[in-house]
This record gives sequence, C-alpha cells and structure tokens, in this order.
Amino acid sequence: MPTSMVNALSDIYSVLWVDLRFLRRHWLRTLATSLVNPILYLVAFGYGLGSGISFDGYSYLAFVMPGIIALTAMSSSYGGAGLKLHVDRLFYKCFDEYLMSPISLFSLAIGKTLIGVVRGLISTVAILAIGVVISNEMMVTPLFVIVLVTSCFVFSFLGVLVGLWAKSHQDLGTFSTLVILPMTFLSGTFFSLSQLPEAVKAVLYMFPLTHSSQCLRAAALNQPFPWMSFAALLCFGLAFFAGCMWLLKRTSV
Amino acid sequence: MKDVIVTEKLTKKYGNVTAIDCLDLKVHAGEIYGFLGPNGAGKTTTIRVLTTLTKPTSGRALVNGFDVVNESDAVKKVIGVVQQHVSLDRDLTVRENMEFRARLHHLGSSERKKRIAELLDYVELTEEADRQVDTLSGGMKKRAMIVSSLMHSPKVLFLDEPTVGLDAQTRRRLWDLIRRLHLDGTTIFLTTHYIEEAEALCQRVGIIDQGRLIDLGEPLELRQRLGLVTVETLVNNKETHYQYFADRAAATSYVQNLPPEAKTVIIRDSNLEDVFVELTGRKVGAD
Repeated sequence: MPTSMVNALSDIYSVLWVDLRFLRRHWLRTLATSLVNPILYLVAFGYGLGSGISFDGYSYLAFVMPGIIALTAMSSSYGGAGLKLHVDRLFYKCFDEYLMSPISLFSLAIGKTLIGVVRGLISTVAILAIGVVISNEMMVTPLFVIVLVTSCFVFSFLGVLVGLWAKSHQDLGTFSTLVILPMTFLSGTFFSLSQLPEAVKAVLYMFPLTHSSQCLRAAALNQPFPWMSFAALLCFGLAFFAGCMWLLKRTSV
Repeated sequence: MKDVIVTEKLTKKYGNVTAIDCLDLKVHAGEIYGFLGPNGAGKTTTIRVLTTLTKPTSGRALVNGFDVVNESDAVKKVIGVVQQHVSLDRDLTVRENMEFRARLHHLGSSERKKRIAELLDYVELTEEADRQVDTLSGGMKKRAMIVSSLMHSPKVLFLDEPTVGLDAQTRRRLWDLIRRLHLDGTTIFLTTHYIEEAEALCQRVGIIDQGRLIDLGEPLELRQRLGLVTVETLVNNKETHYQYFADRAAATSYVQNLPPEAKTVIIRDSNLEDVFVELTGRKVGAD
C-alpha cells in the first residue's frame, strides 16, 4: 500500500479515535436516545395505526419496518456526525485543533463522517434486531446491508456538511425543522409513494431518505430493486461529501 | 540571529474592518516575544494567521522559514498553539487529549506513551492524567493545554493570553512553566494584555494597536525611552497627570517645584502600561 494511503488511513483513524472514546464513555446514553424515536414510530405506526392493514401484499409492520430503519440510519448518522462537530467547532472551539494539525482535509472529512456511520449502524442494528424478531417477512440480504451502510454514509456526510455550515444553534434548528422533519414524515417511510400524484412524488424524490427507504424496503421484502434510487442515493452522498470538502477548504488555509 | 517568525506587510481585513494593518514582525529563535495590546488590537487575529487558521488578505508570513499559506503543512508540523479559550476536548481525559494531539502529529505508539509520561511529569499533572478535562481547575486546564500542544516538540509555541482568568498564584506557576520551556529552547510568541506578564517573561515586546505595531523593544529599553521614573500628580482633585523622568533625582526636583494645588504625588518606577498609554492614549486591556 502506498505511504500516502497509509498516512491517510492513519489520519482518518486518529480523527475517528476521539469520537470513539466519547462514544465508549457515553454508549448507553447514546444508544438509548437514538432508539427512542424509532421505537415510538414502531409502536405508534406499526402496532397502533397500522395493525390489521396490509400493504402491497405485506403486513403494515413489514412494510414500515425498513422505512423506520432508514429513518434511524438518517437520524443517528446525521446527528452522530453533525452535532458534536457543530458544538466542538462553535462553542468549545476544539475543532481548530484539527485544522492546525498536519492532516489532510480529506482525512478530516472522512474521519468525522465515520463516527456518524458507526453510530448509525449501532442504532440500526439494534432496531433491525427488534424488526427481525417481530416481523418474519423481513430479510436481511447482502444488498440490504450495502444500502444500509450507504445510507449511513450519505446522512453522515449531510451531518458533517451541516455541522460545518451552521453558524449558530439556530441555524442547526432551522435546518432540522425545514429539512430533517419534513424528510422524516414525507419520504415514504410510513406510506407508499405510489399513492401520491406525480408532482408530489417528484418533490419527495428530492429527499435522500425517500431513496434510502425504497431501496431498503425492496431489499428487505425481496421486491425488484430500484437501482435508480440507489444511484440517486450515491449521488446525494457524493454531493454532500463535495460540500464538506468545499466548506473545509473555505474555512482552512 | 535567526528569525523564526517573519511577517511582511501582513494585512487581514474582515469586510471593512482591518484587523491587522501592514504588520511587520521579526521574532528571533529562542526568545519569548510578547505581543502586547488592548482587546481588539489584532493580537488573536495575528496568531490565527501565523497558526494557519486564517488566511491573510495580503502580505506574507513565514514561520520557521515556511509560508503560512503556501506551505501550511510544514508550518503545522513546527508549531504548538495554546488558545485563549479551553480548546481541549472536555469529554476526554488529559491523557486522551494528549494522545489525540500525538496521533494527529503521527507519533508512534511507544513514542506517544513515553512523551505523555514525560510531559505530565514536566507540568506536575501525572496524578490528574486520567481525570476528564471538564473536572479540572482553570490552572490545570491551562497546563493540560500547554502539554498537549507540546506533544510533537514544536519549535515555536504560540500562547494566546495564557493566564487570562487565572488567580495570581496559578499565574505565577504558569510563568515558571513558560520560563522552563524557554530555557529548553522553545521560541515563544505570547500575547497578553497583562503588563506584568510581559515584563516578567518577555525578552522583547511588540506593542500593537489597531492592527499596527507601534513600538518594539526590550521592556527596559521601552521604559527608558519614556523615562524610568513616573510622577503621578492629582490636580484639583480631578485629574491625574503623569510625568516621566530619566531618574529619581530629576523626578524629585520636579515634585519640589510643583504648585500648591497639585495634591497627591506619587513617585514610582514606570512600567509598560505607561509606555502603552503614552503611545496609544488608551490603557492596556481597555476596549
């Protein structure tokens, strides 16, 4: 392996190492808080509203479960990567330490993204374990795992992007209210997009969570896989990563 | 003597506000250079440019011969920075923070362990090594910040208001630490608005106001230019007048000839604050 690649990997791990130490110290709190929302959705929508309903030949629980996993991947990865970065950058100012050290911006961006991926995967695996127990219609295929990991990367990149962009807590709150909240409820997580008018559908396809939900659902329920949605998800990931790099280059010398 | 920090017409503007204005600096290898000025004078901005955190608008700056913009990676390898605020990760322990800095500077595992033990001993923090930063006192946090910045044995150490907010005893302990670092050969660039700090520590002091270097010299040299003895006179119970003299004999002679309405008279050694006030018309630390 070339030396530059070894150095980059070592730098990525150095950046990740700090956040892993934090996670190790607060793992129970982190896991518990990231699972509250998906479990509430599961109870309210899966068992409450959705009991007795069937969807595309599956129980509503089997239908909604992949959506909730996508949602968990989004919230845990986005929050896991973005929130601490935001606080470290604006309030504790310890993010400057990274910028004053001889590591590349690429390593910094990937290292900060990976903690979101790790946290996203921990939360989704916990929800997935619950899902597999309560719904025997769901399958965890290699494609499902690939989509899940890809989704965690995409939303983690988004978290880093927003963490680097936000100039205040208010900015973060505004983004959550205007983008994350609508995306949570409108991305086909709890209902099928096929019931919606084309114009509305076109708008909802602008959310990465829509593509993540559709891909995970298809992979989990053994339906025809929406490769276009997977490609769209990858494009979102690349765009968010490019945004992170642009912001980092703009901030540093 | 080799200059470790050199700036040439260094300028930084934020919109219409000029934070640094055509600043020319030369910091010699191995010295403690004090950068003295009031709040908002441009001290922290200068440090941010020299430590590669902020891009200058024009001019150039070299640290250890490397350009801070075009060779920023090389600069980052030779500098250590202790910021004004606590820039450690508060959720980690002192040891973890030190290890993190060592990792960022590519120190190997055994080297990391050795260096951490050495430095903790150096600043007498060995017993606090496994405490979370958030639980430390202000002085301990500062010492932890200093040792974290020393992990990669930097040639130049930037200390931005290192003792701000600390009590007198803790401040003096930090001064001792800074002196030891200096004796060990580290070049120290120190910003402060504490006059006594600059006088106690620095070989040379640059005075900055409104982004410009308005005077430079050894503390004694700066005081000599003004006059080593100050006479403070309260006139009509309203305003204090300051007069400066080369020696006590001249000052005493002046006092003996004062008019009767000049009431309270103090004769004392002049200090850098007197120099600063005369140069800028403002007190150090005033906004």
